[in-house]
Amino acid sequence: MPTESLGFIFLNALIINNFVLASFLGICPFLGVSGKLNTAFSMGVATTLVMLISSICAYFINILLVTFDIEFLRLIAYIAVIASAVQLVEMSMKKFSPTLFRALGIFLPLITTNCAILGLALFQTYREYNFPQSIAYSFGAGGGFIIAIILMAGLREKLELADVPGIAQGAAMTLMLGGILSLIFMGFAGMGGA
Amino acid sequence: MSSRPRIKETPVTMDTFLKGIWEENPVFVMLLGMCPVLAVTNSTINALAMGIATTFVLLGSSALVSLLRRGIPKQVRIATYIIIIATFVTIVDYLIQAISLELYNALGAFIQLIVVNCMILGRAESYASRNNVTKSVVSALGMGAGFTIALLCLGTVREILGAGTLLGFPLFGADFEPWVVMILPPGGFFVLGSWLLIFALLKQRKTKMEELTRAH
Repeated sequence: MPTESLGFIFLNALIINNFVLASFLGICPFLGVSGKLNTAFSMGVATTLVMLISSICAYFINILLVTFDIEFLRLIAYIAVIASAVQLVEMSMKKFSPTLFRALGIFLPLITTNCAILGLALFQTYREYNFPQSIAYSFGAGGGFIIAIILMAGLREKLELADVPGIAQGAAMTLMLGGILSLIFMGFAGMGGA
Repeated sequence: MSSRPRIKETPVTMDTFLKGIWEENPVFVMLLGMCPVLAVTNSTINALAMGIATTFVLLGSSALVSLLRRGIPKQVRIATYIIIIATFVTIVDYLIQAISLELYNALGAFIQLIVVNCMILGRAESYASRNNVTKSVVSALGMGAGFTIALLCLGTVREILGAGTLLGFPLFGADFEPWVVMILPPGGFFVLGSWLLIFALLKQRKTKMEELTRAH
């Protein structure tokens, strides 16, 4: 059982080992949905919500799997839970906040195949985090995802006014920007003696 | 083999295989499955292992989805595909662990994260669920080969520049100062971005040539 403080776990996932820029999790939405600032923010919030739910579920499922000694089913159980969590979030959002649902509509199903979510569930299991630690970890990871996707969306909105050479437009430019952002975040490496 | 398809399907050709390698390359053209592409390509051997593991999962799940395509109800198809994929990933996970623990530790969680590789789910949804087994398998092989080649393109460049070695053998002698940044996360972004630039340049030249020949 790791003894790291909750604040350290949160900061670690938020900045030092940022899920997107240092661990390469959730690259698909990072490249795909970062064109506009508000959709990027909505995507980030929805992802954080699903991360929180699936992190809690994964914690209890793991206890169950360990008790019955069937850990080889972990992957299948986790992915099934994440897929249903996404469905659940989608349905409850439709019921309680139709405006938010319409804003996020198409992105919600995409979250299922966001590797950051499954990655979070797997990492918290490997590191044997207890319940509060898992929650702090999922908030940090979600916040880190929001930071990364918003930074990227802001840069890309500015780029629309810039004169970019024809061959560099689109994915190549986005990847170069991602590289520079990642370089910046490497400056945080080693913080906290991790 | 499944029963004869009702609709007359186009026969399997070399093109079904080659499409995945060049025309519809999952990484360079379709930009699918980017997470493992960037994360595990810091050395050639990791890239190769990841490519082979992904190809195996793609092959197995494509064959099974295609075999069961008439039995899977439409409403729960995505969930079914994910469970099928997760089963194959679990097999690969334990296989790699049994073959080489060193490799298993180097690839880390990314073997298990093959489950959420959008390329595999995308192929199950858009190809394997609509075509017969032979075609799905040939296409999956092509896509897998394309994915592996793309990973190798990144892995070799990053290993040569970032560590000065190829498959672990030193290339440049002791005086070479490795560009450590290339094997760190930013290098992944930069190398993939450069490859995309090269492909965009080739495409631009090709269209220009075609325009010239048409004008004359």
